[in-house]
Amino acid sequence: MNEQPGTSGLIFNEPLLWDKSRKGRCAMSLPKPDVERTLLDEHLTGDAPDLPQLSELDVVRHYTRLSQWNFGVDSGMYPLGSCTMKYNPKTNEVQAARQGFAAAHPFAGDMFSQGALKLMANLEHYLAKITGFDAVTLQPAAGAHGEFTGMLMIHAFHAKNGRQRSKIIIPDTAHGTNPASASLCGYESVNIKSGKNGILEPEAVAAIMDEDTAGIMVTNPNTLGLFESNIREIADIVHSKGGLVYGDGANMNAIMGIVKPGEVGIDILHLNLHKTFSTPHGGGGPGSGPVAVVKALEPFLPIPRIIKKLDTYEWVTDCPDTIGRIHTFYGHFGVMVRAYSYILSMGAKGLADASKLAVLNANYIKESLKGTLNLPYDRPCMHECVFNDLFQKETHITTMDMAKRLLDFGFHPPTVYFPMVVDGAFMVEPTETESKEDIDQFIDAVKAIAKEAKENPEKLKTAPLRPKVTRLDEVTAARKPCLRG
Amino acid sequence: MRYLPHTTEDIESMLKVTGQSCLEDLFDCIPDNLKTKDGIDIPESLSEWELNTHMEALASENIACKDYKCFIGAGRYDHYIPAIIPYLISRSEFMTAYTPYQPEVSQGTLQGIYEFQTMVTALLGMDIATASHYDCGTALAEATLIALRTSKKVRRIAVSALVHPSHRQIIQTYISPSGYEMVEIPYTPEGRTDLTALAGMEDIAGIAIQSPNFLGNIEDLAAVKAIADVKKSLFIVSFTEAMAYGLLKTPGSFGADLVAGEGQSLGLAKSFGGPGLGLLAGTQKQMRNLPGRLIGKTHDTNGDQGFVLTLATREQHIRREKASSNICSNNGLNAMAAAMYLATVGKIGIREIAQQNHDKAHYLKESLLTAGFESVYETPFFNEFVLKAPKGFEQKRTALIQDKCIFAGMNLEPFYPELKHHYLFCATETLSKKDIDQLAKEVK
Amino acid sequence: MKEMKDLNLPDDVKYTKDHEWAKLSGDIVTIGINDYAQDQLGEIVFVELPEVGDEFDQGDEFGSVESVKAVSEIYLPIAGEIVEINAALEDAPELVNDSCYDTGWLIKLTPSDISQMDTLMDKTAYLDMLKG
Repeated sequence: MNEQPGTSGLIFNEPLLWDKSRKGRCAMSLPKPDVERTLLDEHLTGDAPDLPQLSELDVVRHYTRLSQWNFGVDSGMYPLGSCTMKYNPKTNEVQAARQGFAAAHPFAGDMFSQGALKLMANLEHYLAKITGFDAVTLQPAAGAHGEFTGMLMIHAFHAKNGRQRSKIIIPDTAHGTNPASASLCGYESVNIKSGKNGILEPEAVAAIMDEDTAGIMVTNPNTLGLFESNIREIADIVHSKGGLVYGDGANMNAIMGIVKPGEVGIDILHLNLHKTFSTPHGGGGPGSGPVAVVKALEPFLPIPRIIKKLDTYEWVTDCPDTIGRIHTFYGHFGVMVRAYSYILSMGAKGLADASKLAVLNANYIKESLKGTLNLPYDRPCMHECVFNDLFQKETHITTMDMAKRLLDFGFHPPTVYFPMVVDGAFMVEPTETESKEDIDQFIDAVKAIAKEAKENPEKLKTAPLRPKVTRLDEVTAARKPCLRG
Repeated sequence: MRYLPHTTEDIESMLKVTGQSCLEDLFDCIPDNLKTKDGIDIPESLSEWELNTHMEALASENIACKDYKCFIGAGRYDHYIPAIIPYLISRSEFMTAYTPYQPEVSQGTLQGIYEFQTMVTALLGMDIATASHYDCGTALAEATLIALRTSKKVRRIAVSALVHPSHRQIIQTYISPSGYEMVEIPYTPEGRTDLTALAGMEDIAGIAIQSPNFLGNIEDLAAVKAIADVKKSLFIVSFTEAMAYGLLKTPGSFGADLVAGEGQSLGLAKSFGGPGLGLLAGTQKQMRNLPGRLIGKTHDTNGDQGFVLTLATREQHIRREKASSNICSNNGLNAMAAAMYLATVGKIGIREIAQQNHDKAHYLKESLLTAGFESVYETPFFNEFVLKAPKGFEQKRTALIQDKCIFAGMNLEPFYPELKHHYLFCATETLSKKDIDQLAKEVK
Repeated sequence: MKEMKDLNLPDDVKYTKDHEWAKLSGDIVTIGINDYAQDQLGEIVFVELPEVGDEFDQGDEFGSVESVKAVSEIYLPIAGEIVEINAALEDAPELVNDSCYDTGWLIKLTPSDISQMDTLMDKTAYLDMLKG
C-alpha cells in the first residue's frame, strides 16, 4: 500500500477572539481625521459595539490557526458527492481581484460599467451554448436560489396562461432544495419513485401527470450518478399535459459537450457556478446559480436583463412578464468573473474533456471498490457513484464510521446518508481534477478501512483520531443551543 | 490542460478497469438521440497570459480606476479594506472547503462563523444571528416570510417606501406566489417613514423599516416599535450600511424582532454589487424560524470544546417541503471576511471609523450647500443624504466621471419620480477633506 | 435499536398506527409517543407542541418531535381541545426518551368524542401491526 497522505502535524490551540481581547488594542490603521467632528444626536447614539480588541498579529495568528483546522480541496481529495469539489484555479482569483471589477460600484451607470456588462453578456452567451438554451440569467445567488427562480418562472408561466396549477412532481432522487423551492411557490410536491434501475420510468410519470400539475423537477444526471435516459419521453408526457420540465443542473459537470439539456426537452435549467465552473465553495458560499431557459420562457426571466444596443450594453427593466427581482443588484458578479475565467481557460475542448475525465474517475472508483463496498445500482455511472454499508453490517460498522476513519487517512469523506433512496449512502464524486495516483490512494484507504471494519471495528467507532477534535456531541448542541459566545 | 492531470497512459489503464475502449464509450448509457450533434460553440482556450490581457481589458472598461472617488452609496459603500483581510481570507483552507458537514476537519470554518454570529449579535443588539444569507434584500424577504408564516391568519406585510427599492422588489417577488400582499408605507416631507399612515393600517403581520433609510435618514425606531406592539406585528429592521451601527443605537435596543442587513461594508469589495453579505438576526423567540445555517458550541468525546452545525432540522435537506427556507449555500466566505474585519477594527476602530463617516458626510453636505445645492431634509443622517441639485448638474456629473473619475452622487428620480433633480450623496472614511473640497469646487 | 421483544408497551394505554399512545383518566386523555417511536428517533432534541386551547380533529398533526437529523410529525389519536402541554419538555426533551409514558408525556386534552378511544389499538393489535 502506498503511504497515505493523512498524518498528524503540529496543531495549535486558539481561544475565541474575545478571550484574546485586551482593552485598548486595535488592529486597524485608522485614517487621520481631517474634518471637524460633528456629533450625532445623543438619543440616537449607541455605545460602541462590544467587539474584541486585538493587535494585527493577534488577528493574523488567530485566523491562520483556525485555517489549519480546516480541510479544503487544496489540502487533499474531497470527493463529496453532489458538491463537485474540483480544483479552484488560482488565476480566477487574480482576475476577480482586478481593481476594475472589485471596486466597481453597481450604480456607476451602464455607460461606465461596460466591462462588467460585457463580461456578463459573454458569460450568459457561453452558458447558453454549453447547455443548449436560448437565454440565461446570472442573477440567482446560489443553486437553491436558481431553483427558486426557475419555480417562480413556472408559476408565472401558468399564471400568464390563465390557469394556475397546484402540484409539481419531484423524484425521490432529488436534492432537498427541490421540494423546498417548490413549496415557496405554493406548489405541493408529488413524490415519484425511480425505477429499479435507479432512473425514472415514463410510465410512472404518465400515471400522475395531469393538468393540475405544473411540471416536473428532474436532476440529470440524478443523485445516484445515473443518467436519466428516458428524459425525452418524460418531457413529452409532461409537455403534452401543458406542464414544464425543470432541470436541476447541479450535475452538469458530467455531460458538458456530450448532452445539452436544452436539446432533450428540458425547459429550465439552473447551474451551479461553484460546482461545474470551478469557483471556490468558500466553506459554504458564496455560490452562483444561473438559470437557462428556452425561448418561450425568456419573457419571465428576472430583471434587470442585459441587452446589447449597437456596441454598448445596458440594463433593461421594461419586461412586463418578468417574475421581478431576486437579488439587490445583479447577482454574485465576483463569482461570475471566476467562472468566466474558467470557461475561457478551458475552451470547448477543455470543458468536454473535464466531463469525460470526471466520468472516467467515478467509474474507475466504482469498479475498483464494488467488491469492498456494496453497490446498490451496478450500472455505468456518470460523475459520481453511490455505495452503502451493507457489507459492514455484520460488525455493526456504519457509513458514518467509515467516513470518520477516512479523515485519519487524509481524505475528506464522501457525502454520507444522501441520496435517501440508498440506505446508508456513501456517495463518491472524485471530479476530473484528481489524478490516478490520488484516486488509487483513496481506493487503498477505503479498502484498508473495510478491512479494519472486519478485524478491528472498535477502532472505527472511535475514529477520527488525528484531527484537532474527536466526534462532537451534536445532541447537546441541539438540545441546549449555544449560538454565540 | 493544466487542471486535468490524466496522462494518456493513465486514461488507458483506467479504461481497462472500467471496461471501455475509449472515453466516449463511457457515455454509452446515454441514448444517441440525446447526445448533442455539435460541440460547444465558445472560443478556443486561452493561456493564462492571454487571459490576463483579456480580463484587464474588460476590467479597464469599468470606470473604477486607481484615483476613482466614490460619492455614491445606495447599498454599496466604499470603505478601507485592511491588507490582512484579503490576505487571510485567501487561505485556501477557508476558501476551498465546503459547508462544514464533517466538523472534525472544519473547526476553522465553524469557530470562525460562531465568532461571526457572536459579533453580529453585538453589532445589532440581538440574541441570535445566522451564519449568513445572500444579501440584505434576500434576507429581508425571508424575514417578511417569517412574519407572514407565524401570523397564520394575517396575509399582509407593511414595508416602508424608504426601504431600498431593490429590496422592496425582492420582497414582492418572494411573497406574491404564496398569495401574500405587501403594502407600502409612504414617507413624510422630512424623509422618514410616515408613522401616522402606518398607525392607520390594519391587519399587518409585520412592519419592515430600513434605518438609516434609503434617503440616508435615521428612522424613529422607538415609535415604530410602539405601533408594532399595538398591532401585534413583528418588527423588522433592515439596513444597507452596517457601519452605521458603529455609532447608532442598535435595532435590538429598540425591540426589533428580526433584523436583516447588508454586511458589505465590513471588509468586502463592492464587486459590482455582489457577492455581498446578508445578515439576519433575531430574538431568542425567533430561533427556530430563522432560515439558513447556525453554528453552535459543544464538546467532543474527550470533553474538548468544539463547534458544529446545529438546529439542522429547520433546513431543506431534512424538512424538505416544510423547511423554513430553501437556502443551502450561503455567503460563508464573506461572513468569515466580515468576522476578520470586525476583529481587526474592534470596539475602538469601528466607533472611530463610523464617527469619521458621519463627520465627512456632514462636511460634504455643508460644502455642497455652499456650492449651490439645496437642502431637502433636516433629519439626522449617518453617511448619506439627499440634496436638490442646481440646473445643469447632470451634465456636469457625467463629465466628472468621464474626465476625473469622480462619481458625484446618484440621481434619485428613477427610484422616486417625485424627486426630480434630487441626488443621494455618500461620504465615507476613504474620502479626504481635499477630495470633498475638490468636488465642491467642480460642481460650483 | 430495540428488538421487538424489548419494547416497553404498557397494557393500560391505547396505540395508533403512527406510534402515539393515549390514556384516559377521568375526563382527560393524556397523549405521548410510544417506546417504539422514541427508540426509532434516537436522542430527541426538541418537541414542538400546540398551545393550550387549540382544537384538533382525530388524526390531525399537532406537533413534531426532532432528533439531530430527523423530524417526525405527531398526530392526534382522538379529537379534542388541548388543556395542558408538558412544559418540562422545553428544557428537557430527553424526558421523551427516558420516560415516554410518564414524565415524557406530550399533551392532555378533553376529548370531543370519547368513543374515538375505541378506534385505537390495544397492545396486542399494535404489536401485530408492527410485525406486519
